[in-house]
Amino acid sequence: MEIDGPLGLLAELTYRCPLACAYCSNPVELAAYREELTTAEWQRVITEAAELGALQCHLSGGEPLLRRDLADLVRTAAEQGLYTNLVTSALGFTAARAAELHDAGLDHVQVSLQADEPQLSDRIAGSPSFARKIEAARRVRELGWPLTLNVVLHRQNIDRVAEVLAAAEELEADRIELANTQYYGWAAVNRAALLPSRDQLAAAEVVVRAAKERLRGRMEIIYVIPDYYATYPKPCMGGWGARQLVVVPTGDALPCLAAHDLPLPAANVREHPLSWIWRDSPIFSAYRGTDWMQDPCRSCARREVDLGGCRCQAFALTGDATRTDPVCHLAPDHDVVEAAVAEANAASRPVELPLVARSFRR
Amino acid sequence: MTRDAQRSGAGPLTQSFPTTGVPRLGRGVKLRYDRARERHVLLLPETVVVLNTTGTAILELCDGQRTVADIVDALRETYADVPEGQVVAYLAKLAERRHLEITDGD
Repeated sequence: MEIDGPLGLLAELTYRCPLACAYCSNPVELAAYREELTTAEWQRVITEAAELGALQCHLSGGEPLLRRDLADLVRTAAEQGLYTNLVTSALGFTAARAAELHDAGLDHVQVSLQADEPQLSDRIAGSPSFARKIEAARRVRELGWPLTLNVVLHRQNIDRVAEVLAAAEELEADRIELANTQYYGWAAVNRAALLPSRDQLAAAEVVVRAAKERLRGRMEIIYVIPDYYATYPKPCMGGWGARQLVVVPTGDALPCLAAHDLPLPAANVREHPLSWIWRDSPIFSAYRGTDWMQDPCRSCARREVDLGGCRCQAFALTGDATRTDPVCHLAPDHDVVEAAVAEANAASRPVELPLVARSFRR
Repeated sequence: MTRDAQRSGAGPLTQSFPTTGVPRLGRGVKLRYDRARERHVLLLPETVVVLNTTGTAILELCDGQRTVADIVDALRETYADVPEGQVVAYLAKLAERRHLEITDGD
């Protein structure tokens, strides 16, 4: 079978981070990811990804600015013709650092915000960070980059989506991603405190729809629906091993950024060329296409549309990665999701529940 | 978990502009040739737009100097049939998605 190359490399350079967001998708066992790839190893990964056909390089983490060699990696990616995208908390995005990255050829910066105002933002981030984020967002614009803001939505901030949009407008953001939490890693641990109610979602969607209309052509608004409330699952990563290639700090290559714990042999860039990993490794081959599917996916008219949903979510919720993503209303395991949704909508459930902060020591 | 697959569409086209407008690629948008797929593509933060021959021909002329009318004229040097309305509609669609910026000509 002829296998197309990846479109994008998601380079998770480090899982170290100055923030402690409880919705983080990084794995819970962060301490297992301390032996990070060296500069030369990352440069080889970036070059091999470009040779395989990748067009974009997302530099993410953790906080990628904690890598002192970030500008060197950007330069390598730019030399390979990759579109470079920094996904950052913006802590450490000093004037000197920004200038260094600009010179290296960085194309785009995405700054995360946790809310529209310091008290809530800092509480969710677990760190006094809001003021520095706003300053960094302004710096992005001053250096001529397009500005994307990323806001992960959940039970404790979704009621402020109008204020978040107003803050984005004031910062003259080009784009804002309002992404409802996906329950991987730390977010899965914190699901009960993060999953919004149906009423919260309905109210937010009215606000977002009106803002899209009002800001059309000025600011792009990307709203990622919460799949727990969807009828059908998301076509995760555009298909397993079809478009995206994730490399974690210690060099394991994954088809999805939540695939750390799948019971498949790891494929590490320290041991194998990226082309073999992408085309032939067990982890990338396991759920490529539709042959792996069980019913109801196997006989479903939508099997090429949503591709069975997310393998990692199926594994996390059922223990079997080949089952239908339980968020699908047709899934045999849908009751797991229904139970979580019912709890989130219980009259007795407060809006604010304690969050387990992301940390290296659990 | 790729997010672009979950996004809703840009909605119906309502915007239009005069042919004296001057289009150029939007901030942070890059046009490049993709060797692996032998196609031109527009690269954006989280999107790759694969272009067909016509789209490529139009976008290569969006240099921040030429007006829309100039672009139509230039296309007519290569292609027999270039309906201005279709070129304008294509540019308007890309502008609405912020892949292009169109500034006033004068």
